[in-house]
Amino acid sequence: MQHINVTVDGTSYEAEVEPRTLLVHWLREGVGKVGTVVGCDTSNCGACTVLLDGRSVKSCSVLAVQADGCEVTTIQGLSTGDDWHPVQTAFKECHGLQCGYCTPGMVMAAVDLLNENPSPSEEEIRDGIHGNLCRCTGYHNIVKSVQYAAELMGGRK
Amino acid sequence: MIPAKFDYVRPSTVDEAVAALVAGGDDAKILGGGQSLMPVLRLRMGEPSVIVDTTRIDEMKGITDAGDAIVIGAGVTHDEVAKSPLVREHLALLAAATEHVADRQIRHRGTMGGAMAHADPAGDQPPVALAMGASFTIAGPGGRRTVPASEFFVDYFTTAVGPDEVLVSVSFPKHTGWSAHYEKLNRTAQAWAIVAAAATVRMDGGAIAEARIGLTNMGPGPIRATAVEQALVGASTMAAIAAAAEQAAEGTSPTEDIHADAEFRKHLARTLTKRAVAKAAGIS
Ligand SMILES: Cc1cc2nc3c(=O)[nH]c(=O)nc-3n(C[C@H](O)[C@H](O)[C@H](O)COP(=O)(O)OP(=O)(O)OC[C@H]3O[C@@H](n4cnc5c(N)ncnc54)[C@H](O)[C@@H]3O)c2cc1C
Ligand code: FES
Ligand code: FES
Repeated sequence: MQHINVTVDGTSYEAEVEPRTLLVHWLREGVGKVGTVVGCDTSNCGACTVLLDGRSVKSCSVLAVQADGCEVTTIQGLSTGDDWHPVQTAFKECHGLQCGYCTPGMVMAAVDLLNENPSPSEEEIRDGIHGNLCRCTGYHNIVKSVQYAAELMGGRK
Repeated sequence: MIPAKFDYVRPSTVDEAVAALVAGGDDAKILGGGQSLMPVLRLRMGEPSVIVDTTRIDEMKGITDAGDAIVIGAGVTHDEVAKSPLVREHLALLAAATEHVADRQIRHRGTMGGAMAHADPAGDQPPVALAMGASFTIAGPGGRRTVPASEFFVDYFTTAVGPDEVLVSVSFPKHTGWSAHYEKLNRTAQAWAIVAAAATVRMDGGAIAEARIGLTNMGPGPIRATAVEQALVGASTMAAIAAAAEQAAEGTSPTEDIHADAEFRKHLARTLTKRAVAKAAGIS
């Protein structure tokens, strides 16, 4: 077992984990962050996307021990009190989800993209979220959601 | 799936990493960015008994200007490479190819060292290293050695790095003022290259003075198209570029798979080389 200390959504956690534990499994089972989901075994789907020290990663492709000393933000850490993050609001307003399975990862990928590029073009959005697969929406409304989120966030400045 | 059990070591120096590999025996495996190794562990296609995590070795992290060359630590991520002002100024082709690797999340984790040591024939960066004449610094129990790219890539997923060795850094000769383009064909999001062509050129008065061409997924390892490079010298028209690119598939032995047979890959090598060179040279 390996001792780790990880800050998740602003709270510091100490834990003993088996080295083979995937970050996503520790987040779900060790910390209860079940908003972050697993959709594949091949690092393709992106449903497990979280921010690790501020950058998007697929949490199924990082070991929990590798997050030792780091800061993780999951979909459950985005809102402030009752106020949703603008990307969450935009997905709701633009109907950017159907079954919702890809949504936690899609939202985190969009947050990461907008952190780096606050006003992406449609092409930049499609390229920026191409690590996330959606089996329902055909992506159209997801792209609209990200565009609207960019607008909302620009409006906030 | 959950990976099989393993012991985990997180060295903070290269020497400690080598010692951990030696102690771990044949079964020890380095974990770099994990973007190729983690899926292998999760699918249980590999079950190493010891994982040596090299992501916290400071020496392997920087991008430095070494005069004639830019030295990139094996632990530098694809994202850092693609955005580095030093890389963009002196190694335009490396920046262009790296932007095409996988997706944002994977580029945030995947590393220069992992991509080179993994040596997937469809990897986007190995042909760049080969075409630009990079050299590789490898540390082992007997000390350090430097291997040129022409000897580094040995076969499918096989390099000069031994099981008890660590790739420490990759040194790329500066190509300051050279323009570049990476032309990659894949059919779906996140797909690896069916074939790609990496081209960088030095222009002199509207004509190509020098060219370096690398090919992705045209054989067991990256390929440098030297015949095309030579034929391009002096080219200043699309017709001249097209004529030179006709030689791109010479001496290649591409695989056949569900995406393309060998003949189609050879066609792609010629076509993508033509496009890559034309875009790099700004000739249409
Ligand atoms: C969905 C998906 C799509 C991808 N698409 C592309 C693509 O389009 N193009 C592309 O080029 N790549 C692609 N990749 C691969 C990605 O670029 C990986 O980051 C890269 O191949 C491996 O780098 P890594 O640092 O993650 O290595 P790891 O996964 O950590 O390691 C890979 C191998 O290299 C060894 N290794 C790692 N570091 C060292 C070192 N310093 N010294 C010696 N050995 C070492 C490991 O032991 C292991 O055998 C994709 C990956 C995924 C999951
Ligand atoms: S679970 Fe599919 S990429 Fe992580
Ligand atoms: S909304 Fe169902 S997978 Fe995207």
